[in-house]
Amino acid sequence: MQLPLGIEVPIPTFEQFVFIQVALLTAVAGLAVVISRNLFHSALALTLTFFGVAGVYVFLEAEFLAVSQVLVYVGAIAMLIAFAIMLTRSMMYGRTSPLNNQWGKSSLFAFLFFIGLLAFARATPWPAAGEEVVADEALIGALGREFVTTYVIAFEVLGLLLLLALVGAVMLARDR
Amino acid sequence: MVPLSWYLMLAAFLFSCGLYGALARRNAIAMLMGIELMLNAANINLVAFWRHGVGPMEDLTGQAFAVLIIGLAAAEAAVGLALIIAVYRERRTIDVDELDLLSG
Repeated sequence: MQLPLGIEVPIPTFEQFVFIQVALLTAVAGLAVVISRNLFHSALALTLTFFGVAGVYVFLEAEFLAVSQVLVYVGAIAMLIAFAIMLTRSMMYGRTSPLNNQWGKSSLFAFLFFIGLLAFARATPWPAAGEEVVADEALIGALGREFVTTYVIAFEVLGLLLLLALVGAVMLARDR
Repeated sequence: MVPLSWYLMLAAFLFSCGLYGALARRNAIAMLMGIELMLNAANINLVAFWRHGVGPMEDLTGQAFAVLIIGLAAAEAAVGLALIIAVYRERRTIDVDELDLLSG
């Protein structure tokens, strides 16, 4: 494909084309999270971003992660954030800027960070994709076996941490 | 096949967005949203490196790590939002610029 300025662009395959759509949706939603003035719009954009990331996991043939992403992030975390917004009723709609006084420095820093990461991702010669993943239940079964053998300690510690965190959250947020 | 660098670029963009949100927003919930974005970006990188690494069928470390991070993010969001609600009850604001009790 020939662009006007003489730039040669390889024609994307169908899979790449669909990935570009999903990635653009995710990126635009992610940007909307941080630049939207209305906090509730941010939360909705965040939900869209979570869906987009789940789509990216499908492209990476990690179906279990895609489902967990929707269950945990969209089902639990986005809900929690929406409830917290409603409970705190932040009085920041339009009256004052949603940004603090270091936003200029922050945006410059984040932009430079992005440029640096981009240069790194493009300059490094990454290996091409490995073998084909047999995308079926075998992978999920193998993942489950890993969690009760190799990673059993991490898994148990995570369960304990989650329990303690939720009990602590109830203790903190409870009306005294 | 989607090249690895495309995933990395998407993750880099999401991470930078989250970084900006966590640094520049005044609302504590908006800061927390930025942190969630950064966690998601890190997860995309982990899974992308798993998929493009050596033997993705034999070595599931990348996916296992991502699952653990999702669980950790759930704990982090629960505690963070509970703290925000507790602070709001006490001070009637969640503007982090006004929460300066400990600043000298």
